Amino acid sequence: MKTELAVRRVAKKGHLNRNSLVAEVILHAVFIMFALICVLPILLIVGISFTDESVLVREGYNFIPAKFSLDAYRYIADNAQSLLNAYGVTILVTVCGTFVSVLIIAFFAYPLSRKDFKYRNGFTFFMFLTMLFNGGMVPWYLVCTRVLHIQNTIFALIVPYLFNSWYCIILRTFFATSLPISLVESAKIDGAGELKTFFRIVIPLSLPGIATVALFQTLTYWNDWWLPLMLTTSPELSNLQFLLYRMLTNIQMLAQISTGGADVGAALNRMPTESTRMALCIVAIGPIIFAYPFFQRYFIQGLTVGAIKG
Amino acid sequence: MRELRKNPVLFLMLLPGMACLLLFNYIPMAGIVIAFKNINYAKGIFASDWVGLKNFEFFFNTPDAFNVTRNTLLYNLVFIVVGLVVAVLFAIALNEIRSKAAKKVYQSLMFLPYFLSWVVVSFLVYALLNPDYGFVNKIILEGMGIAPVSWYNEPKYWPYFIVFINLWKNVGYNSVIYFAAITGISTEYYEAAAIDGATRWQQIRAITIPHLTPLMTIMTILNIGKIFHADFGLFYQTTMDSGTLYPVTNVLDTYVYRAMKVTGDMGMASAAGFYQAVIGFILVLATNLIVKRIDPEKSLF
Repeated sequence: MKTELAVRRVAKKGHLNRNSLVAEVILHAVFIMFALICVLPILLIVGISFTDESVLVREGYNFIPAKFSLDAYRYIADNAQSLLNAYGVTILVTVCGTFVSVLIIAFFAYPLSRKDFKYRNGFTFFMFLTMLFNGGMVPWYLVCTRVLHIQNTIFALIVPYLFNSWYCIILRTFFATSLPISLVESAKIDGAGELKTFFRIVIPLSLPGIATVALFQTLTYWNDWWLPLMLTTSPELSNLQFLLYRMLTNIQMLAQISTGGADVGAALNRMPTESTRMALCIVAIGPIIFAYPFFQRYFIQGLTVGAIKG
Repeated sequence: MRELRKNPVLFLMLLPGMACLLLFNYIPMAGIVIAFKNINYAKGIFASDWVGLKNFEFFFNTPDAFNVTRNTLLYNLVFIVVGLVVAVLFAIALNEIRSKAAKKVYQSLMFLPYFLSWVVVSFLVYALLNPDYGFVNKIILEGMGIAPVSWYNEPKYWPYFIVFINLWKNVGYNSVIYFAAITGISTEYYEAAAIDGATRWQQIRAITIPHLTPLMTIMTILNIGKIFHADFGLFYQTTMDSGTLYPVTNVLDTYVYRAMKVTGDMGMASAAGFYQAVIGFILVLATNLIVKRIDPEKSLF
């Protein structure tokens, strides 16, 4: 009787006994502060990119431009060639890489998810072992450069990331838990081949899982600077991140880009170096920031599925 | 063979993945023997002369060997402890917030740094720490009348910076994982506890944390397994590869990279790489074994 009353009281309040107002305010304060710490550095870059160069040199970087200027963006627009090239490389690599890698990973994950596939444990182990032990950077580098000879080709920016054991496990779990085996069996009885079953039934039913892995891979390729650092030397293969990296370490790069190498000194004098650098950073992360709301929803969804099922 | 005839398509589907694993994982695994060789490209990698432990002798006779080992291990230990505590705290705190909209906004903003590349992060750090125009030197320190600091030449600050930057970038991601696990806990537990008069604090201690323990264990095992591997971008990009900072920022991965690509000392690089790979592997196995002893349910394999 007493508990029944208590239950009713709890139900009526709509909440289980909640925190006091003070606690709630403190919680919000902590989160607001941390959220600001996460966002403010990006706003600082935005601020710098819109500030007049002479003000930057005199007063330093600040959030709000003391003197607003679009010079940096104008400069980039006038000398857009290598930036456009880098954008092209990044987009090409991201699109091709994501598409092919998702296909390869899904192809590998599917047999491993099939309980009627006799050797699935063997193949799973074959993959799992690579997560525990790897040969490290030097043999990997030698395989890329001395065996596959992919250095200084566009393949260097795609092929090494094509397979990912971790995402393969996520997808295998997704297939195993979200596809009723009877569905695959009935498709087989209806005379559909394995591939047809895979593309017509398995993939459409697993779209959330596929989308999560695709997003992870998109991010991997878009944010990559490691492969160009390791495997390329030619500027034409610079993707966005690598262009930015070189820009930060070597300011002369900026001027070289605009003049094609001739008369760097004069070009350096003309250009708003500090603001241009930051403007380039904004131009490069722009798409990520715009896609972010969409991205992170799927990400969180995918992670949630992984955490609960895995 | 019978299985192959029965399911040829399944084997075919495995083929591209197998090829990738062989090329980028298994051949390099066999390739760690180059640590015992003097690489001679004319002769071919596997046909190069054996030199026994020479490469290791060279490596372990440099002061770097101890330094990079210490840096790699200590940073990773701090990352594991701090990362775990903060991520779990944030996840629990997020769950305590009543407003759904606020929850979503906080989660999204905290998650943002995870989506930025280390190159972009190095821009953000640079905007703050640039010695001439940086926000910290020009606005904060000058405002308080303190002399500017040449941040990229002052190793003593960097251990804190590195820990903070790493936490900043990854805590959102990790707390989302823990938060997902919390939302998966059945509300019945909390209802029962509330009826028994348990306070929120007691509920967190008696329900939430015990439910998170398995996930915390798995994440920690995975991280301990990686304790000999550092995040290259964090130590290379955000420090802008500044030489004066090496004593506190050189880790095994950056060491191997520099030996291989900058100084071109393949022997040294492969010896350090071998050391990293083998000790790292032993640590994974040992961690798993210990966990298995304590609680077989929670071990990885």
